[in-house]
Amino acid sequence: MNQIQIQNLSKDYLDVKALKKININITEGSLFGILGPNGAGKTTLLRTLATLISPDEGTIKINNIDVIKEPRKIRELIGYVAQEIALDKILTGRELLDFQADLYHIDQSNKLKRIELLINQLDMQNWIDRKCGTYSGGMKRRIDLAAGLLHLPKVLILDEPTVGLDIESRNIIWGLLNDLKKDGMTIILSSHYLDEIDKLADNVVIINDGKIIDQGNPTQLKNKFGGDRIILKVREFSDSLESEKVRKILEKIDGISQIVINASQGYSLNFIADRDKDLISKLKVELAFSKFKIFSLSQSQPSLDDVYLQATGKTLQDAELYMTGKRDLKKESKQSMR
Amino acid sequence: MEIQQYNFIFLYQETAALTKRLFIQLKRRPSTFFAGILQPIIWLFLFGALFANAPKDFLPGVDSYGNFLGAGLIVFTAFSGALNSGLPLMFDREFGFLNRLLVAPLTSRLSIVLSSFFYITILSFVQSLAIMFISFLLGYGFPNFLGLGIVFATLILLVLFVTSISLCLAFVLPGHIELIALIFVVNLPLLFASTALAPISFMPSWLGWIASFNPLTFAIEPIRIAYSSNFNLDLVALNAPYGDLTCRNCISLLFLLTILSLVIIRPLLNKKLT
Repeated sequence: MNQIQIQNLSKDYLDVKALKKININITEGSLFGILGPNGAGKTTLLRTLATLISPDEGTIKINNIDVIKEPRKIRELIGYVAQEIALDKILTGRELLDFQADLYHIDQSNKLKRIELLINQLDMQNWIDRKCGTYSGGMKRRIDLAAGLLHLPKVLILDEPTVGLDIESRNIIWGLLNDLKKDGMTIILSSHYLDEIDKLADNVVIINDGKIIDQGNPTQLKNKFGGDRIILKVREFSDSLESEKVRKILEKIDGISQIVINASQGYSLNFIADRDKDLISKLKVELAFSKFKIFSLSQSQPSLDDVYLQATGKTLQDAELYMTGKRDLKKESKQSMR
Repeated sequence: MEIQQYNFIFLYQETAALTKRLFIQLKRRPSTFFAGILQPIIWLFLFGALFANAPKDFLPGVDSYGNFLGAGLIVFTAFSGALNSGLPLMFDREFGFLNRLLVAPLTSRLSIVLSSFFYITILSFVQSLAIMFISFLLGYGFPNFLGLGIVFATLILLVLFVTSISLCLAFVLPGHIELIALIFVVNLPLLFASTALAPISFMPSWLGWIASFNPLTFAIEPIRIAYSSNFNLDLVALNAPYGDLTCRNCISLLFLLTILSLVIIRPLLNKKLT
């Protein structure tokens, strides 16, 4: 059953189209991943779901309640853990949780039980009574997650919860998310970590530049390629002319498909090769015939990155680097301020 | 999770939590609290000494400048505190903590405003009592029970009026630098353009007109009257250029200004807090 229905959702920030006609359905009790580089629109989508932003167009329903028309009812249903960890440095972790519990109107006896439970679940016993200003990144993320879970929300919205975390904190959070999913909580998780989404998500949507590139089950998305991912370089630093020539050779080989030239990685050629044919040998022969040498060739199972690469011509990592240079974080921060 | 059902209890719970947070911050960083007491006391000493030989005819209804100054400093303390009340909200906005409040199912976003108001009011009361006590030790008198009631009622109105404006500014201005700059610009000129330091009769005509429309004057004069032994609400508190105002008139004007400010800022707060 679809617990969350997002239809034709659009949002502009002055000159930037952050979301363009987004349509997503999320099943109850599933972990839904949102994958995309920085600046793709993930945070805007999640902030809209969390009632912090009003969309310009479209509708969102959670449990058949309209997010835009009845935000207060939605706030009772959701827990939101933002990308930027906003803690009060003066409060201790326990005081922060106590404060949060009061904002969610949890009664006194349940409050103490929930706080103790979450302290244990997220392994925070040793530092919970220290001021938040003394916490490391991992501690801050764990206390923030605990605050989002205090009222046992039906839907947990997590915006890049493991960015910059140490392995211990990351594993604790992953473990908790799996437990919550088993308990029937719907979790929406945005990330630009492929492995995180691949490992945790039941379904995933891949977003780029405010648009949906693809969505579905991660395994299905990867299997759509029907073969292995090959990355070929004929020189360490090739050029567009040379790689176009190689592309033409590859196009003639039966069993090779979805050829993409990745300019940001030395004009490497990325393509899918059928598994049941000895294509690599054939490829070597054809290239040699046209007087091309192989500088490097790697063969792997397709990943979600390939889905992204196929649609955009860039890997997620390249897109990250590109967007990091392009974004005006100060301006975005001002825009996100209420 | 079983959630309690009564909206009033919810409103109390969330307002108490927000207020408690402000007091924890105060307890762990009390420097502004003590500075808020120390500054007016230093003023009381310095201004009291500076104008110790001022002709007594210029100071209506009091027998020393220190006596005259006390009311002005009490109001100035409450005014400064209330003017700064937008700063914590501004920092919450800038650091994203406000989002934590906005995604919570608060019964009423009014609790965010109420908590700031309660906090500043209690703070102003404590600071004012400290100033009044020290003034008393310096021989400047102490209001009787009714007078004390008028002091606190006037302070509540002033704090509500200024706090609502400050919270509004915290949403309108782009950041804390701009808010602090505005506080710097407004704070002392409003004090000097009131009857805190000198009576209207002491001022040039143009300044007298400004002072007689200054909300601080409407708060200072009833408090000054509250110190007199024959205090009643119908005593003339202010000889304004446009006519005499009684203590009752001053408090009523302050009340009207407070209501007006709340009505004006309400749409903005609704928009920002929805």
